[in-house]
Amino acid sequence: MAILVVAEHDNETLKDATHKTVTAAAAMGGDIDILVAGKGVKDVMAQAAKIAGVRHVLAVDHESLRRQLAESMQEVIVPLMSEYDAVLAPDTTTHKNYMPRVAAMLDVMQISSITGVVDAKTFVRPIYAGNAMATVKSGDAKQVVTVRTTAFDAAGETGSADAKTLADPSGPFKSEYVGEELSESDRPELTAAKIVVSGGRGVGSAENFAIIEKLADKLGAAVGASRAAVDAGYVPNDYQVGQTGKAVAPELYMAIGISGAIQHLAGMKDSKVIVAINKDEEAPIFQVADYGLVADLFKAVPELEAAL
Amino acid sequence: MKVLIPVKRVLDYNVKARVKADQSGVDLANVKMSMNPFDEISVEQAVRLQEAGTATETIVVSIGPAKAQETIRTALAMGMDRGIHVQTDDDLEPLAVAKILKALVESEAIDLVIAGKQAIDGDNGATGSMLAAMLGWPQGTFANSMEFGGDSLTVKREVDGGLQTVKLSLPAVVTTDLRLNEPRYASLPNIMKAKKKPIDAKTPADFGVDTAPRITTVKVTEPEARSAGVKVEDVPALVAALKTEGVI
Ligand SMILES: Cc1cc2nc3c(=O)[nH]c(=O)nc-3n(C[C@H](O)[C@H](O)[C@H](O)COP(=O)(O)OP(=O)(O)OC[C@H]3O[C@@H](n4cnc5c(N)ncnc54)[C@H](O)[C@@H]3O)c2cc1C
Repeated sequence: MAILVVAEHDNETLKDATHKTVTAAAAMGGDIDILVAGKGVKDVMAQAAKIAGVRHVLAVDHESLRRQLAESMQEVIVPLMSEYDAVLAPDTTTHKNYMPRVAAMLDVMQISSITGVVDAKTFVRPIYAGNAMATVKSGDAKQVVTVRTTAFDAAGETGSADAKTLADPSGPFKSEYVGEELSESDRPELTAAKIVVSGGRGVGSAENFAIIEKLADKLGAAVGASRAAVDAGYVPNDYQVGQTGKAVAPELYMAIGISGAIQHLAGMKDSKVIVAINKDEEAPIFQVADYGLVADLFKAVPELEAAL
Repeated sequence: MKVLIPVKRVLDYNVKARVKADQSGVDLANVKMSMNPFDEISVEQAVRLQEAGTATETIVVSIGPAKAQETIRTALAMGMDRGIHVQTDDDLEPLAVAKILKALVESEAIDLVIAGKQAIDGDNGATGSMLAAMLGWPQGTFANSMEFGGDSLTVKREVDGGLQTVKLSLPAVVTTDLRLNEPRYASLPNIMKAKKKPIDAKTPADFGVDTAPRITTVKVTEPEARSAGVKVEDVPALVAALKTEGVI
């Protein structure tokens, strides 16, 4: 059995999500190769070669892969799959974008956002916003799987795989990259942070969100938000934690001015310690919080920040 | 431009899913069902394109049980032109759904498909991109905004780092994210009007698509329960508790 793991990277740095996906692949059993698809990815290849348990690193280094857009990723991965029994990728937006295309071209049903591996064809995954866990068995010849990385530990870096570069994709493609507006931040990345401080509608405005950010900076935390806070324009879309945003599982999650809707809980209820600060003692968030503080956030949050 | 919108009838987003005692799945008997919220956003987008004169015809399709007709009626009441109901009592996998949609896109000569980025029941997030690949079309997934120019479509996408803009040649598939628009409520006159709009009745067999499932559900269980913890009196008590936990 041979498994292809697609690397998460930004052409310079390999992301931890890759190491976690390797752990999921290792649980399936078999040889693991890593695909690094991008532009100018020499350093990423070297980093990938160090991941424990990896056999080969394969790279495709081409301008059309700089943003890992869907059509070019499909063109790289689909032909490679003649050599593999499964392809795994982290369930970040980069990979969620093209993996179903790969599955469709292989005529297999994708298995999305797995949180557990039972065997090479059987996986556990959340459905209905994580209110149910499905154990599913694939009857397809090959598996196309995206991995909820918060559910797996990162593989170590004791390996020394060989690396080779493959042929460029030829295109042409019917979509092109125009531009991006990325949230600039020195804070840790939301899905990898040890502490996440999230604000909701209760925070009230973009200006008020500064008190959430100040607390986060004191804790060295990432900043998250509920959908309501994103919809209201307090923070950018990539802050959204939940069923249809990001899944996080930090050591400490602080939900501030967040009511605790099903869709929000789906993205954070696997956190180790959950703190809720809400002025409504009936708020559902208290049903999952280890420590609940019934208080006005505008008083409690600055006080907390000062006490740290 | 002819626009196709696939919609799915799902457990209402306000209802908490309950796992059946025999672990065979989620209990859908006597619970409120609604249109998948992302599909409402797709429908709204289609109606706006129609109002702007960009779309010449808007067709809504649902693949599902008899009751899926209600979901189609909802889309028609929001302003879409006509419906297609592909009736099946099986909960088809995205792969089979995409195959049926592909056949429809071809027979109806569709130029644009707008699908939800995920259905909130299966949370697969696969149908739209699968369809795009099968058709050999470009895609703009997780759309935050759409802008047409000549024979191209520019889509701003919600990605993990922020927003990314891609330009697609048409025909294309778009999948909707939460910020694309705010779906309207159907007005009473439009609900009445929708009753007269045509809905074509089909079955998966009409499209020659093999819908046999590729995946078997071994079991469906409750997630690990989190019990409510304690309420702390004030901020100092909270700080003390977090220090004891060793998380700060
Ligand atoms: C298809 C779909 C997908 C969705 N996906 C997501 C998702 O991924 N993530 C997500 O978060 N939501 C998601 N939602 C939305 C979700 O259903 C809720 O609407 C949302 O989470 C509510 O956000 P909130 O808790 O910030 O706002 P509210 O529910 O309005 O809660 C605000 C809270 O702030 C408290 N508050 C107000 N003022 C103060 C104060 N001064 N001090 C202390 N507390 C205060 C209030 O008591 C209240 O509990 C989705 C919904 C749909 C339909």
